Amino acid sequence: MKFTWFNLMPWPHLPDDFREKNRSVWVDIPSTLYDPKKGHFVYHEYMDQLEYAEALGFDGIGVNEHHQNGYGLMPSPNLIAAGLARRTSRAALCVIGNSIALYNPPIRVAEEFAMLDVISGGRLVAGFPVGTSMDTNFCYGQIPALTRDKYREAHEVIMRAWAADEPFAFDGKYNQLRWVNCWPKPIQTPHPPIYIPGGGSIETWDFCLDHDYNYSYLSFFGYLRAKSLMDGYWSRVAQRGKDESPYRAAFAQIICVADTDREAEELYAPHVLYFFNRCLHIFPPFADPPGYRTINTIKYGALSQLRAEAQKIFENLTWKQLVEERFIVAGSPDTVRQQLEEAIKGLRVGHLFCLFHNGDMPDWKTRHSSKLFAEKVMPHLRDLWPEWKHDERWWIHPLQDRLHPEETRPGAEKHR
Amino acid sequence: MKTRWIETKRGARCRVLEGGSGAPLVFLHGAAGLLRDNPFLDQLARRYHVFAPELPGYGESTGEDLLEDMLDFTLHGGDVVEALGLARPHLVGHSMGGMIAAEMACVAPHDLGKLALVNAAGLWIDAHPIPDLFALLPFEIVDLLFHDPAKGAALLTGGVDLGNTEALKEFYIGNARRMGMAGKILFPIPNRRVSKRLYRLTAETLVLWGASDTLMPPVYAERWATLIPHATVALIEGAGHMLPYEEPDAFVAALAQFLG
Repeated sequence: MKFTWFNLMPWPHLPDDFREKNRSVWVDIPSTLYDPKKGHFVYHEYMDQLEYAEALGFDGIGVNEHHQNGYGLMPSPNLIAAGLARRTSRAALCVIGNSIALYNPPIRVAEEFAMLDVISGGRLVAGFPVGTSMDTNFCYGQIPALTRDKYREAHEVIMRAWAADEPFAFDGKYNQLRWVNCWPKPIQTPHPPIYIPGGGSIETWDFCLDHDYNYSYLSFFGYLRAKSLMDGYWSRVAQRGKDESPYRAAFAQIICVADTDREAEELYAPHVLYFFNRCLHIFPPFADPPGYRTINTIKYGALSQLRAEAQKIFENLTWKQLVEERFIVAGSPDTVRQQLEEAIKGLRVGHLFCLFHNGDMPDWKTRHSSKLFAEKVMPHLRDLWPEWKHDERWWIHPLQDRLHPEETRPGAEKHR
Repeated sequence: MKTRWIETKRGARCRVLEGGSGAPLVFLHGAAGLLRDNPFLDQLARRYHVFAPELPGYGESTGEDLLEDMLDFTLHGGDVVEALGLARPHLVGHSMGGMIAAEMACVAPHDLGKLALVNAAGLWIDAHPIPDLFALLPFEIVDLLFHDPAKGAALLTGGVDLGNTEALKEFYIGNARRMGMAGKILFPIPNRRVSKRLYRLTAETLVLWGASDTLMPPVYAERWATLIPHATVALIEGAGHMLPYEEPDAFVAALAQFLG
C-alpha cells in the first residue's frame, strides 16, 4: 500500500453563520471572507504539515487545484508543490492535479509539471482532472458540453509534448501551435505516473484503461458508498482484459485517529463538521450544469443528484452518523486499522489519499492524528497486497543520486 | 401542425412542425426548445406557411455533436431552410433562436424575407448583466422567464408531473441535453459578437419584446434596434421572456402587422 497525506487547504475562518448567510462556498462566495494576512499563516501551516507528513513516513504528499472557493485554497497547486520540492526529498509530490482543459495553451502544464519533476528529482505524480464544474465551467468559463473534448485535446498536447524529441506542429480544435517543443522534459520516462481523479463519470474509466493511468475516486461519501462505483470500475477493468493490480486505483478518505474512539469525537468532531457543513456548502446548480456530465453518466448515476435529500445530505449530519455510515474513518488506532482494511480490500485500492486535516482543524490536532496513524496504523496496512508487492507501475521513479535541498536549510531539523 | 423529418446536408436529423400556407415563415425556438403547448404556431399557420424546426439535441432531433460553435449553428439554420426547400422565408427567432436568426441574416443577408427577433439573446450590456441561465434553481428559472410564474411553470414542464420519478428523470435528462446544447452558444455569457456583424443586415427587422422580461430586459431591445440598420421595436405588456407562449394573441398580432 501507498499512503499519501493530502491537504485540501480549506479556509479555516468561515463564520459560524456561513451557511445561513451564503448560498455557496464556491464560485460566488464573498471574497471579503478571505483575509490575506491570516492567509499568510494558513498557507505556511498547511505546507508545514505536508512537510511533516514526509517526516512521518508517508509515501506521498498531495495537493490539488480549485478556484474561487473556501474549500481549497490552491488555484495553483504547482506553486505549493514547488515549495514542497525544496523542503522535502523523499515523498512523492502528488499534484492531483492540474485541470488541463483550463490551461491555454496546455503546453503550460507539460512545462510546469516537467519543472516540478526536475526540481524534485523525479518525484512528481501528475494528476489530470477534468475539474469540478464549479471550477471549470463557472469560474473558468469553459462550455460544459465541450469541456471533455477540450480535456482530451489538452491531454494529447501534453503527452505528445513530453514524448517528442523534435518540435512538432499541433493543429487542434482548441489549440493551434506551430511549434511544440517542451523545455524542460520530465526526469521520469516516458512520463511521470499519471492519475486521473474521477468523481463518477463512467467515461473516465475507459480513458484510464486506454492509457493505463491510475483511476482515483475522490469522494467525501466514504468507502461504503464508493463500493458500487468501484465495483463498476473493476468490472470494466476485467472486461478490458487488464490485470487487476490494486495500484490501478486510488481512493480518498477522511481519517481521524485518537487514543480512543471517544477521544476522536472530542478532538475532531467540530472540525469535521465544519468541513461537511461549510466547506461542502455548494449551490446545487454550480455542481452540475447541463452538458457537464454526459447523458450516459447521468443515466448511470440513477438520479442521485436529483433527490432533495441528496442535496441536503450534509446539512444535518452528526458525528455519529458520519462515523457509523463511514463517511469518515475515525477512532482509536485499532478501529481505524480495521475499517481501513475493510475499505482498502473492499474497493481494491493500492493507493490511499489520507485526509487528516479537515475544515478548521488546528495544527496540533492534525499532527496528532497523522502521527498516531503513521505509527500505529500505517505499518499494519502496508502489506495488504502481497501478490502485487513489486508493482511500481503507478508510482514515482526518482533519481537515486538526487539533491536533498531541505537538509541544507536551517530549521528543517525540527520535523525530524 | 403536422410533423415532418428532414436531414441536413451536414447530417443532422431534425423534427419540423409544419402547418398552414402562404409566405414561408421559419420559427426558431429558444433554449428551452419547443414547449408542448404552442398555440401561437397554429395561429401563425392561419396566415403563413409555418415551419418550426427543432435543433439537434432537442426532442427527438439528433446530430448535436455536429454543431459546436456559433458558425455551426448559423450554417445549420441555413441548411434547414435549404432542406425544407424554402426561398427567402421570414425568420422569426425567439431568445436563443433570435440569436441564430440574427447570425443567419448577417451571414446571408439576401436569403430571407423579413426578420423578427423576439426577446432575442446574443447581446451583452455590462450595466445590465443577464442572470446566469446555467446556475438557476427551478423556481428561479420560472420567475425569470414568465410574467406570470404560476402559469409559466405549467407551460415549461408541458404538464409533466415532476413528482413522478420516471417523468422527472426524463425531464432532467432532456433538460441536460437541451441546455448542454444551448451552452455551446450561450455559456458562460450569451454573446458571440453578432453585434459587430449586424451592419450587414439588409432585411427589414422587428425587435419584439415581452415588456416584463427580467432575464433580458427591454433595454436589450433598444440595443438591438441601435445596432440594426432597419429595425423597429415593439413591446408587449403582460409578457416576459417567454412572450410567444405567454401572450400568443398579442405576439401573433404584432408579427402579422409587421410581416403583412
